Amino acid sequence: MKVLVAVKRVVDYNVKVRVKADNSGVDLANVKMSMNPFCEIAVEEAVRLKEKGVATEIVVVSIGPTTAQEQLRTALALGADRAILVESAEDLTSLAVAKLLKAVVDKEQPQLVILGKQAIDSDNNQTGQMLAALTGFGQGTFASKVEVAGDKVAVTREVDGGAQTVSLSLPAIITTDLRLNEPRYASLPNIMKAKKKPLEVLTPDALGVSTASTNKTLKVEAPAARSAGIKVKSVAELVEKLKNEAKVI
Amino acid sequence: MTILVIAEHDGKALAPATLNTVAAAAKIGGDIHVLVAGQGIGAVAEAAAQIAGVAKVLVADNAAYAHQLPENVAPLVAELGAGYSHILAAATSNGKNILPRVAAQLDVDQISEIVSVVSADTFTRPIYAGNAIATVQSTAPVKVITVRATGFDPVAAQGGSAAVEAVAAVHDAGTSSFVGEELAKSDRPELTAAKIVVSGGRGMQNGDNFKLLYTLADKLGAAVGASRAAVDAGFVPNDMQVGQTGKIVAPQLYIAVGISGAIQHLAGMKDSKVIVAINKDEEAPIFQVADYGLVADLFEAVPELEKLV
Repeated sequence: MKVLVAVKRVVDYNVKVRVKADNSGVDLANVKMSMNPFCEIAVEEAVRLKEKGVATEIVVVSIGPTTAQEQLRTALALGADRAILVESAEDLTSLAVAKLLKAVVDKEQPQLVILGKQAIDSDNNQTGQMLAALTGFGQGTFASKVEVAGDKVAVTREVDGGAQTVSLSLPAIITTDLRLNEPRYASLPNIMKAKKKPLEVLTPDALGVSTASTNKTLKVEAPAARSAGIKVKSVAELVEKLKNEAKVI
Repeated sequence: MTILVIAEHDGKALAPATLNTVAAAAKIGGDIHVLVAGQGIGAVAEAAAQIAGVAKVLVADNAAYAHQLPENVAPLVAELGAGYSHILAAATSNGKNILPRVAAQLDVDQISEIVSVVSADTFTRPIYAGNAIATVQSTAPVKVITVRATGFDPVAAQGGSAAVEAVAAVHDAGTSSFVGEELAKSDRPELTAAKIVVSGGRGMQNGDNFKLLYTLADKLGAAVGASRAAVDAGFVPNDMQVGQTGKIVAPQLYIAVGISGAIQHLAGMKDSKVIVAINKDEEAPIFQVADYGLVADLFEAVPELEKLV
């Protein structure tokens, strides 16, 4: 079974971003970039499926700038077999990314597509669901457990009230939540080997996909800051403040 | 302009997040219709018809919509929603699951988790874990939007008298089926709707110690939440996670106990009216957003707090 994993290059999760002075976006110059944490979980899940003998080939794909090759190499070092970069310097919307991924799905014909549930930059939580709509596949979003059996996959999902399990016919789309697995680190020999694995570069034009958007970001601003609070010396003082000053209890 | 709001429910009762979503629709302006999709949902439809400001309730009651599987519900919403100016759903796990699938079927971009309405086509939403607020304009013929409940005060659950209309359309993709669910049972208020939230982090050390927080919460009538660290460590289940990718809360009072305050956690609670932090590490970043900080051992401070409130 072939598994396609989509990964995104994003600002590292430890970086606290700053808004640009002209309010055109956030300042990403000289900021550490990494693979989106949910995408790392997606790669790990695919590698585990291969180790279990369920997956036979893992293809990793990224839609993004030339530098996204770094994240693809990381995925190759973690165990993916080959990589595809759909190169675009533009800031694409989730729908545009889903359309490009649909074109890759048509080309590769995977049985399972695994994506992160959300990218920590745009915080959209859309791409997997949109790809499911465009392909007509079933979707198991926010997955905490994935079990492939025959031509079906059982996905346990993290939902507001607890957990829900659905059964999907293959091919299917899965988006990962935090508790699906704990991603491994790439070993040095594997990082070296990854340099020799195939990485194909495509363009939206070559895939015949329009990336036009119905959304336009007008401005990006810093959020309202909370005014600094005070330190209380004792629990008694805290209770007094909550009762008489804040009046919340 | 007519707006379609997707009702949030569990098959038995209408969820409060629906009222916040209707509030966002009211800010946009125009007639508001509510779609209730599910199976055996008469009571939910009745409750929806009583929401203040709702003109019409559409009821799609069919086995195919039980458990609101997105493969079946999204085509229904896309078919009905194509004639509306906006489609809104709460940014709950259900809304997040279904609505992007609807947007893609309608070939429009979605705007996720809006926190304010600037005009009928322009909205604000947090990005980068709430470290930036983007103002986004949509040129889509049908604007597909999820609504963050904490950004909008709920409309009244009573006072409306909407017409109720059955929808005959049945979409059954046959690609997915419901297997089962394990839902948390609690007598405490729901996390996202509670006026007071007590949350624990890694500092709680284990799941047993969360009993300290449950006791305090019960005395305050509060809900109990957790940081990702506490959930990952297995202290408490995932449905208690507050943060960027968990639940977003904005109660009157948020008490963070043994939580260091990673930006991902702050993203889920920093719009709370009053924040209290109890942590023995005085350098913990949580103190930078706390109105009242107490540097103390939580195992002494929490029982004392429980006695004094």
